Amino acid sequence: MKKRSVGRNILYVILVGYAIITLIPFLWALSSSFKTLEEIVSGSMNFIPKDFTFDNYKTIFIEQELFPRWLFNSVFIASVATALNLIFNSMAGYALARLSFPGKNALFVIILAVLMIPAQVTMIPNYLILKELGWLNSYQGMIAPSMINATFIFMMRQFFINFPKELEEAALIDGLNRFGIFFKVVLPLARPALAAQTIFVFMGIWNDFMRPLIVLSDPNLYTLPLGLNTFKGQYISYWNYIMAASMIFTLPVLLIYAFFNKYFIKGISFTGGK
Amino acid sequence: MKRKYSPARLRDAGQGYLFMSPALFVLLLFVIGPILYAIFLSFNDVQLLGGTSYKFVAFENFAKILDDTRAKIALWNTFKYVVIVVPCQTILALILAATLNAGLKGEKLFRIIYFLPTLTSSAVLTLIFMWMYNQNGLINNLLSMIGLPTYNWMGDPAVALNAIMIMNIWSTAPFFMVIYLAALQDVPDSLYEAAELDGAGPIKKFWYITVPNLRPVTSFVVIMGIIGTFQLFDQSYIFSGGSGGPNNSTLTVVLLIYQYAFKNFGTMGYAAALAFALALVILVATLLQRKFSKEESLY
Repeated sequence: MKKRSVGRNILYVILVGYAIITLIPFLWALSSSFKTLEEIVSGSMNFIPKDFTFDNYKTIFIEQELFPRWLFNSVFIASVATALNLIFNSMAGYALARLSFPGKNALFVIILAVLMIPAQVTMIPNYLILKELGWLNSYQGMIAPSMINATFIFMMRQFFINFPKELEEAALIDGLNRFGIFFKVVLPLARPALAAQTIFVFMGIWNDFMRPLIVLSDPNLYTLPLGLNTFKGQYISYWNYIMAASMIFTLPVLLIYAFFNKYFIKGISFTGGK
Repeated sequence: MKRKYSPARLRDAGQGYLFMSPALFVLLLFVIGPILYAIFLSFNDVQLLGGTSYKFVAFENFAKILDDTRAKIALWNTFKYVVIVVPCQTILALILAATLNAGLKGEKLFRIIYFLPTLTSSAVLTLIFMWMYNQNGLINNLLSMIGLPTYNWMGDPAVALNAIMIMNIWSTAPFFMVIYLAALQDVPDSLYEAAELDGAGPIKKFWYITVPNLRPVTSFVVIMGIIGTFQLFDQSYIFSGGSGGPNNSTLTVVLLIYQYAFKNFGTMGYAAALAFALALVILVATLLQRKFSKEESLY
């Protein structure tokens, strides 16, 4: 038994050690966001600020009047695109799992094939197409291309294939049509899959750097990742401001994660090809 | 057998297309159309002044890649990055998952902590690490505290790419750890019990049961890792302010594609050709990986 506890202690050392390695960057950023510029410049290495201050947060919201706008743009684009993804991916997944129509199998293969194409191939033509449509520098230019996601169409198909048919048949007898069945019976029961999808799609769009970099050139329409990048250029040595902005940027995703946490692992094993 | 065009079948088909229509619209306009368009672009010289104009140049864009020194540097940097980051993050993910799966107390808390980097955007992570990589920053201070040499992480071409590698191993390993954790649930306990009866210690059990049983998942993790690492962009863009510096040391293939497409004039067709070359490299790399992992497969 003694040998066992030695083994356990080693495992704990690994776990705690790696937890520290994971946390240090975040704690350091958080603590820097509450430090005064003087303390930052003096190169102090303490994690607890000497003069604890909220000024950095106040400054980025007041002096950088675009910052609230960026926050709004990010929230707006990510929420709308996520909502559309939930509806459209589920509809497509449902059709591929349950309805029969000519070309269904070919479509399914195409959706799988699309998963393999690296985004860089479509990034240049997408720019030109959005330019033709006059959608550069617009919310629709950001939202429309990302309102479906092949990964989650695939995931929803897998989910609906295992969904009990009897429920739908009962609803059919009760006089609901296909849309009624889908929106009133099927979708409410797909909640775990939808929750997992919400986290991943929201995170993906919220954190995306490349699409906004290409589509948006008007600072008024920037999302937070782009805003943060220009912010860095502008306040190059004001790391207290940059860290405060970074913390604000991270908060919404943490909240969503906390809220949907229990679906998280499930979602990864859905998408993880298992 | 139903008749081919019975009303019920027609209605079914109509409903099917209706349910698929949003997905079809986006697929056609923003994925499949663009892929065909990209093929067209890669064989043309594209000018964006005023309207967009094209001049057919056949394989000239592809031939140009071979003479492009920056493309070679970018490919070499990306290759180095893939070859170092993929094994490191896979091994780290496997070790973390096995440790977390040992049934210790506080597992849940550790899992939440480990997951933080995966949630956080690459832009934020890059800024946090740039702050820590400062000349007088946290990392150099920690290094000198324990008597190790310090580096000019962001300014020295010899270490800038390593700085990005360290950051990305740290930030992606936890994601793959979760995939491993899910897979570990499926390894039958009876195997471990049998091994224990034979007197196998924890390390032997890990090496002879856990690792081989996870091989199919490892294959998946490595392929995902290869695809992800070949597409490195955000970090090197933010790190170098879009330049790929210092001295091209953080220039990656995707960053180069971005520069040719959107920062230089008249090289958009060339950028499209480069993007196809990258897609081909990724495809070949994943196929090679598949072939190797099949040969040594258990099953």
